[in-house]
Amino acid sequence: MTKAMEIVKKARSDDKITGRELIAQIFPDFIELHGDRLGSDDPAIIGGLATLNNKAVTVISTDRGHSAQERIARHFGCPTPGGYRKSLRLAKQAAKFHRPIIIFVNTAGAYPGQEAEEQGQGAAIAQNLLQLGNLPVPIITVIFGEGGSGGALALACGDRVLMLTNSTYSVLSPEGFASIMYRDSSKAAQAAEIMQITPESLKKYQVIEEIIPESANHNQTAETVKTVICQQLKELAALTPAELLAKRKQRFRQY
Amino acid sequence: MKLYQQKNTLTERRIKADKAADSKVPEGLWVRCPKCHQLLAKAQIDDYGNCPNCGAGMRISARQRLKWLVDDFAEFDQDLHTNNPLHFPNYVEKLEKMEKAAHLNDAVLTGRAQIGDVTFNLGIMDPTVIMGSLGTVTGEKITRLFEDASQNRLPVVLFTASGGARMQEGILSLMQMQKISNAIYEHSQLGLLYLTVLTDPTTGGVTASFAMDGDIILAEPHAMVGFAGRRVIEQTMHTKIPQDLQDAETVLSHGFIDKIVERKDEKALLAKLIKVGGPND
Repeated sequence: MTKAMEIVKKARSDDKITGRELIAQIFPDFIELHGDRLGSDDPAIIGGLATLNNKAVTVISTDRGHSAQERIARHFGCPTPGGYRKSLRLAKQAAKFHRPIIIFVNTAGAYPGQEAEEQGQGAAIAQNLLQLGNLPVPIITVIFGEGGSGGALALACGDRVLMLTNSTYSVLSPEGFASIMYRDSSKAAQAAEIMQITPESLKKYQVIEEIIPESANHNQTAETVKTVICQQLKELAALTPAELLAKRKQRFRQY
Repeated sequence: MKLYQQKNTLTERRIKADKAADSKVPEGLWVRCPKCHQLLAKAQIDDYGNCPNCGAGMRISARQRLKWLVDDFAEFDQDLHTNNPLHFPNYVEKLEKMEKAAHLNDAVLTGRAQIGDVTFNLGIMDPTVIMGSLGTVTGEKITRLFEDASQNRLPVVLFTASGGARMQEGILSLMQMQKISNAIYEHSQLGLLYLTVLTDPTTGGVTASFAMDGDIILAEPHAMVGFAGRRVIEQTMHTKIPQDLQDAETVLSHGFIDKIVERKDEKALLAKLIKVGGPND
């Protein structure tokens, strides 16, 4: 097994810290808010309000669920169009009240189902990139497991993208990539290596800002995440909205 | 074990048999319509590239489309070429071969266009270059197209045709989606018109970004428009999906496309929409 594939396995592990754990530990006063106001409430996306160092923030996270039933309801953490629209609604609300947005991502990608197609999965992601990505408040994304393709980018289009040690961010799953490029999905390990999906490689390509060390102890990991988020928020808070947007635009313009 | 490694399904064997037969036919004599799968002699197909059997617009190169679409065209950014950021083996060779055949650098043709007295910035994605996939150069050319339009206060018309992200450029291909979206946002904030024409196929990361951002979204008859591939959806759902799920007509019925337009009508409709649909001053 290649080193990259080992990280893929760890990113997908059942022992991985969850979005709910991160929220509970970092934002003990979190109040969940539901719905996209367009007819759906995707359980694969959790969103709501909380405070961080006595300042209000909007928190959004993907959720894979725990029990088998929960996992099925959440499409194993793959958001539907309604999930992206819910995240955009909450993000716009955050911008209205000048709240920073903290997003936690662990998703294999946007849900590829018939209903998702009919409800405009492509259009929903596109609106996130266009609108969420241009909101004039600090947006920090932490990828803590898998960051799969456009479905992850729709929640990682802000000022900072940080990753836990054992997480990945890629254009497609290594299995999908191997199936397309080598016509053999069993060559996933080889694909994972060439795709540059590990935090280390992504930092080299300047796709992410920072790697957050991960511990087997979930509380410890959450504490580290909290420290890093606070530090990054402090840097971003020093910028005017115009400076923030100009820097964010430059962040993506370089690619 | 040998039994299991063998290509066993009828389709797999057929494809193999077809390939052998194909090699005896001179190249470029026959084409197959991707929609109705009818085998057609190239001579049967008109300049618009419509299938004489089912009427679907076949996948044509950007240059071929340009011939009948506009009166005048000045091309942008002909000198941009990928630096193969992931050092993907054999990628540049493969790309160069396709670029040469399409007379194009990377998978989109961009420039300043004119129809009658209407001036606009035009982009045409080329499905014959790595299936119109969104590489770093494709992304850069489209971004510059919008930046130039913003500077000169011009509308943008973009013909999409893409299999989605460019696998060979990995995560940097994904980043193009956001780079382009930001350029579109700026263009839109200036009150300028952006019009997309979805052609066969418009899928994946292109559907999930600039294809769906148009103020007005047109599509060609029967063009495949979707996010996920049919195979992926069927594997996820463990069931067959309707044949027409990703037909432009179905996507229109769900509210994501404004109007279906045939190729022969595109030139006149674009000129009209740019005149009427843009800034009212």
